[in-house]
Amino acid sequence: MSINIAQLIRVSMVFIPLLLLAGFYCIMVSRNLIRTLIGLEILTKGVTLLIIVAGYVTGYMAVAQSFAITLIIIEVVVLAVAAGLIVNVFRHTDSLDRRNLQNLRG
Amino acid sequence: MPSLLILVPLIGIIALNLPLGKFMKRLSFLLTLFFALLQACLVLIAPAEFWRQETVDVGGLLTFNLSADPLSLVLLLAIAIVIFATLLVGSETLQDDNKQFNFTNLLIIALIGMNGIVMVQDLFSLYVFLEITAIASFILISLHKDRDALEGAFKYLILSAVATLMMLSSISLLLMTTGTSSFSGVAVALHAGQNYMVLLAVALFVGGLFIKGGLVPFHGWLPDAYSAAPSSVSVLLAGIVTKTTGIYTLIRLVMSVFGFTPQIKAVLLLVGAISILVGALAALGQKDFKRMLAYSSISQVGYIILSLGTGTPLGIAGAVFHLFNHAIFKTQLFVNAAAIEEQTGTRDMDKMGGLAARMPVTGGTSIVAFLSTAGIPPLAGFWSKLIIIIALWMSGHYAYAVIAVLASVITLAYFLSMQRRVFFGTLVETFSTIKEAKAGIVLPAVILAVITIAVGVLFPYILNTFILPVKSLLG
Amino acid sequence: MNLNICLLIALTIAALWSIMHENLIKAAIALAVTSIILTTLMFRFASPLAAVFELSVCAGLITVIFMSTISLTKPLTQTEAVAHAKERLKRFWYLPVLLAAAAVGLGLAAIPLNFTIPQAPAPANVRSVLWNERQLDLLGQVVIILAGVFGVVVLFKEKVKEKS
Repeated sequence: MSINIAQLIRVSMVFIPLLLLAGFYCIMVSRNLIRTLIGLEILTKGVTLLIIVAGYVTGYMAVAQSFAITLIIIEVVVLAVAAGLIVNVFRHTDSLDRRNLQNLRG
Repeated sequence: MPSLLILVPLIGIIALNLPLGKFMKRLSFLLTLFFALLQACLVLIAPAEFWRQETVDVGGLLTFNLSADPLSLVLLLAIAIVIFATLLVGSETLQDDNKQFNFTNLLIIALIGMNGIVMVQDLFSLYVFLEITAIASFILISLHKDRDALEGAFKYLILSAVATLMMLSSISLLLMTTGTSSFSGVAVALHAGQNYMVLLAVALFVGGLFIKGGLVPFHGWLPDAYSAAPSSVSVLLAGIVTKTTGIYTLIRLVMSVFGFTPQIKAVLLLVGAISILVGALAALGQKDFKRMLAYSSISQVGYIILSLGTGTPLGIAGAVFHLFNHAIFKTQLFVNAAAIEEQTGTRDMDKMGGLAARMPVTGGTSIVAFLSTAGIPPLAGFWSKLIIIIALWMSGHYAYAVIAVLASVITLAYFLSMQRRVFFGTLVETFSTIKEAKAGIVLPAVILAVITIAVGVLFPYILNTFILPVKSLLG
Repeated sequence: MNLNICLLIALTIAALWSIMHENLIKAAIALAVTSIILTTLMFRFASPLAAVFELSVCAGLITVIFMSTISLTKPLTQTEAVAHAKERLKRFWYLPVLLAAAAVGLGLAAIPLNFTIPQAPAPANVRSVLWNERQLDLLGQVVIILAGVFGVVVLFKEKVKEKS
């Protein structure tokens, strides 16, 4: 493969896992529910970048762009539903702390 | 024309939401009932050409890459039955008219999503329909907006989103190494060469599916979501959603795309066995009725994965048969749970006792369901567990076969304990005046029990018409 | 190539900024900045249509969703906010360290690129692919937007006061 493509793969194989790791860490460690959503968004951006790089490297740009567009639309709906859940949790418990959501145990 | 199963409900939703007055709201129940019954009839009587891949444009504009083979047909039938049961239970337990309308619409969306999952031939379209089903589930769980339901829905949302992102990463890696995302294309390319990038992609995808299917150690969301959801939604979730999104996709992908490599088989066997044991042991110590049923689901799904892990045609046939049986009897049990919750207002088994005297139909049907779960002849569950254990023994996994048999005994134990606590014994004072559940809940319970008994008794016929065609998929 | 690396570094720093900053509103703005940098990267990787979607939806619509969620939920008082900021730093300072270590580890690991990358036969038009080959995805998008509408109706509607 040409030098450009190989270099691009190596570089993206460093940065994309960094983004995914950061998003995952944020979801695991954060106590604020909205911060969890931010972590989810960072994860989504990492995966979008991965899709685009995969498309660019193979030349299947059109397919990759279709995937990315569909992914973005679906993520918006998921985020809207998650935001709705968070707002309702706040109406019940008056706080956004994840530790308040530990009612169901066992 | 398999795409009809997706397009007709979609047109139904659009029609239901046109501003044509109050008449539409009452129509929603009948329309969904019609969709479920139509789907069941089509699976049972439509000829084989109906299910082949479409080569003709629908209306000249739309070409959809959908087709249904015998495995999908089994799932389509199960989906239709569970949607039917959920609809009836929902119509009895949801009082508010607006909530009922939203519930019915979301149920149709879940139907579209699940029909899509079992009929697609492409990895990315699979992702799209997985998300549709997931979003419909999140909203349905939080329908009453009470605190526990919101907690269950949020945990499910975060874990499900992580799982789908794992699957998407896998799809991108497969795009990079194989250039395509359709089942057949990826399968062909995977047979050609295996390198570490492909292995990483397969591992990511299978990991995501384990989270979706609620297998140990990724089962954290399952008991919370099942027990906190409204009773009709629990019927839907436990009966079919987890099975379609997690287990069917696993069976389909391992069979047709990834292939039965030794590593995949070893992982499936291990995860299946651990799920059986953890689910069964956790179910023993539960007070909440629905939570116990949730852990029992984890255990039974472990059986399916264990059987899939053998890789033999008999094992796969056993897995699919147990999948269908589990859909039927788990739905049955959750319908009974809905009846009990509706009439007594509690899910705490310690507070109940002797309910069989006042609720004979619920008690009787729950006995049928639990005997089937524990694998007692001549009910359906006995046959599927027998096939699983024979498949394990024949492929040399003696230790796993012994685990399967032992777990059956534990299953019998916790169900007997549940029956004793809830239905038999002396009638508790507070519940001495309750009545049997309303017709809408009793009817699906009776129908499901009849199906369980019929499948068990008519097993030779079932073997020929349903199981052997599934086996023939593997050559 | 160097520009790509600079953009990727900027992307990681913006993502880190949005995770580590205490103030939620500033974190949401940092998320929007991350989207903008990702848009630029997508333009450079010959994906203009997807880049426009990313910009308008992620940098725009999602930021609006975050802002409305933040405004619908009460922020901490001033003293609580200061104490909370100090306390969360204890949990979150591991992250830049972890990322730096991971970057060094991944950069030095000699990943064998021994797989052949399939090349597309001819560059295709996005519009024709989206509308002709991936129609099932488009149908799925329609259904999911319908589901989202129902979600908003179920979750965001306040209970109507019952008539006495």
